[in-house]
Amino acid sequence: MLIRRPTDIPASEITPRELYLNRRQMMAGAAGLVLAAGSAKGIMAAPLSAAKSPLSATDEKLTSLEDVTHYNNYYEFGVDKTAPAAHAHTLKTSPWTVKVDGLVAKPAEYAVEDLIKNSALEERIYRMRCVEGWSMVIPWVGFPLADLIKRVEPQGSAKYVAFETVYRPPEMPGQQSAFPVLEWPYVEGLRLDEAMHPLTILAVGLYGETLPNQNGAPIRLVVPWKYGFKGIKSITRISFVEKQPATSWNLQAPDEYGFYANVNPDVDHPRWSQKTERRIGEGGLFVKRRPTLPFNGYGEQVAQLYSGMDLRKFY
Amino acid sequence: MAGQASAQGAKRGFALPQVPKIAIYIVGFIPAVLLFYLGVTNQLGADPMRYLEQALGLWALRFLIATLTISPLRQIFNINLLRYRRAIGLLTFYYAALHLLTYLVLDQGLDFEAIWADIVKRPYITVGMATFLVLVPLAVTSNNVSIRRLGGQAWARLHRLVYFAAIGAAVHFLMVVKSWPPEPMVYAAIVTSLLGYRLVRSLIRKIVPKRRAA
Repeated sequence: MLIRRPTDIPASEITPRELYLNRRQMMAGAAGLVLAAGSAKGIMAAPLSAAKSPLSATDEKLTSLEDVTHYNNYYEFGVDKTAPAAHAHTLKTSPWTVKVDGLVAKPAEYAVEDLIKNSALEERIYRMRCVEGWSMVIPWVGFPLADLIKRVEPQGSAKYVAFETVYRPPEMPGQQSAFPVLEWPYVEGLRLDEAMHPLTILAVGLYGETLPNQNGAPIRLVVPWKYGFKGIKSITRISFVEKQPATSWNLQAPDEYGFYANVNPDVDHPRWSQKTERRIGEGGLFVKRRPTLPFNGYGEQVAQLYSGMDLRKFY
Repeated sequence: MAGQASAQGAKRGFALPQVPKIAIYIVGFIPAVLLFYLGVTNQLGADPMRYLEQALGLWALRFLIATLTISPLRQIFNINLLRYRRAIGLLTFYYAALHLLTYLVLDQGLDFEAIWADIVKRPYITVGMATFLVLVPLAVTSNNVSIRRLGGQAWARLHRLVYFAAIGAAVHFLMVVKSWPPEPMVYAAIVTSLLGYRLVRSLIRKIVPKRRAA
């Protein structure tokens, strides 16, 4: 049975606009560049309060908000890295619901506001390694995917979790293309144990505010030990299934992008090495490559998920 | 042949105001100077090295395409820019060399082990390197002394290698990107039509022998 949960009125509509803006300005004053960045993003980002997490990578220098929000792969808005920042404002992210269905005892459709309100938000500073050989350090705001999974009570037969991005060609120019770069909508998937892992989160914000559209607003997946393309954006559906679900890049080029897509310096992409990476914002034109770590440096926490598996075969 | 064509072209060519050839080089190097300036002053976005690397490669391909449009322009539209072809061809080589240098020095940090692994293991790098190697003899012989020493016919035959360079460059661009985005496909289509034009023209000439100009 599908339980439709009532959509709450977003806080921004209850709080008088003046007050709301004042509060933002106060926060912006504290953060320095938040307001400037907010206007640069061209959208009204709302502040989110989040607890610090022991799972954060605290020894890493954060990639600047400017770079995090202006160097994106989000092919629904174009293939250039700067295209999402330029075009993503057309996506309407409110109202927004996420349908959770499939092999679960309690299927539901959640309004994003409710998910935000009913979750203990945490700040998670994670390294993000793109399959193209560059990386960032991003302070996400979100909650463990496991929290949501427990709420819907998966059945014993549920082995995988399938995710789907919104399909709205009028609001996403890349989906209108006569020669689509990928099959739309974008789909991704995780094994249930990967989805349940405490490092796996659904992010609803970054740098203390709600997600900018180009970063996958209003809700996206972040799996820090996998290549960035696993982090599906603007999610509208999460399904629990028995068989390994199809994933977009794997459908596009199965020999280049596997289902697992764990960061692995020893398994090259067929067209480039994965041994090293360039950290965005580090060194400018004269950036030095740094070695890529197995599981993006999260091996201690996640390697046991894959014990006994040949990671060259299951790339 | 080139000399002959040039004399012929000059005779029937559309009268364009002539600019000194040095102007082609000066204008041609503006993108490179601008890119380096923006790169050093950190104005090339979040990933300046990658931007510079890709932009230089793209300009090399653009100049290569420009080189290949000189003949059709003259043959179809009677616009004669032949006297600038060498300059544009050499700009192709200079941009390809800068693109390669950016890859070797800024991208790979002269890590020759990684570079060698790239060349033998990554088809797009293999194709890119081969394309550059094809351009080298063309650049080295782009002077009057070489034309005289090789003889017009042999020189022209050698310079037909530019067709392979064009194919190599277009394929290199197609292979480096993920999936099939439009930009490299547009460039590949332009190269295909410029080479296709030559193929069709030479086939027609084989069937209908060319009438020599008196």
